[in-house]
Amino acid sequence: MSSTTTKSAYLAGVRDGAPFVAVAGPFAALFGVLATEAGLSVFEVMSFSLVVIAGAAQFTALQLMQDEAPTIIVLMSALAVNLRVAMYSAALTPYLGGAPLWQRIFAAYLLVDQSYALSHAKFEAAPELSVPQRMAYYFGTCTLVMIVWFASSYAGAALGTTLPPDVPLDFALPIAFLSMVAPMLRTMPHVIAAFVAVVVSLLAVNVPYSMGLMLAGAAGMIAGAQTELWLKRRAV
Amino acid sequence: MIDTTLLWTVIFGLGAGSFLLRFTFLGFVGDRPLPEWLLRHLRYTAVAILPALVTPLVVFSGETGSTEPTRIAAAIVTLAVGTWTKNVFLAIGAGAATLLALVYGLG
Repeated sequence: MSSTTTKSAYLAGVRDGAPFVAVAGPFAALFGVLATEAGLSVFEVMSFSLVVIAGAAQFTALQLMQDEAPTIIVLMSALAVNLRVAMYSAALTPYLGGAPLWQRIFAAYLLVDQSYALSHAKFEAAPELSVPQRMAYYFGTCTLVMIVWFASSYAGAALGTTLPPDVPLDFALPIAFLSMVAPMLRTMPHVIAAFVAVVVSLLAVNVPYSMGLMLAGAAGMIAGAQTELWLKRRAV
Repeated sequence: MIDTTLLWTVIFGLGAGSFLLRFTFLGFVGDRPLPEWLLRHLRYTAVAILPALVTPLVVFSGETGSTEPTRIAAAIVTLAVGTWTKNVFLAIGAGAATLLALVYGLG
């Protein structure tokens, strides 16, 4: 009976997702601490984590709101940081596109680095899985990560109200961003993209309305894409 | 402090926008392929936007927008350890330890 195998697929997802709790937990807690320091209430922190579920985008929005950037810039920048989930969505569609709409709506809401990476690898390695089994596995990978995500956001928010004021938290966000960027510098186009973005962000630091960020980001993306093309042409 | 109206606008705007990013392909596009030029640029969004955001924060980290050597040192250590180990948490730990050592140790 297929309900048994659907259940075992779900449990396999839960099992495979367990180690990623160690990644999601600290980030959510750090967001909770920094958001509280920025003046958000525990309820606001929890709403943020529940509605958005995107670590890097939440940190970006938090920083830009503190910089008093215009709302549209806050939204555009944070969504740009989160653009990769659109690629995840595209990559999973061949495997999950046949599921009922309500399941795809929930799957989309829960689409994060971990659920994408685990599920895509699994679906490629096990083409015999049915669509319900794939969905069950996918929701399994989300289960623990989401529980820990929300619990750690809460713990961080609660902790944030009790920290002594002289801890140099102003620099926690830059350190968190740098630690996320460093492992992304895998290939030469990635390094060039980051380097160009750094240079343009410094040149454009006085551009009004935080538009320098958009300019620098766009310049970096174009630089990365062009470097990739150039390398490809040279290899042929 | 952050204005409440702005905060809730950002929370719901970002929530709706992120959901659309996540749902577009699963929901609307199906498995039609995306143009290659678009994918090529999308690959570099995070690696361009995050450094663009963080660089001014590192370089002008002092109270009045001056350059703060302790912050620069912590940033370099974080980046170096992260690039070398590919481990986000080792990088955060090393950067935070450097900053705390410089601020409390030398301060």
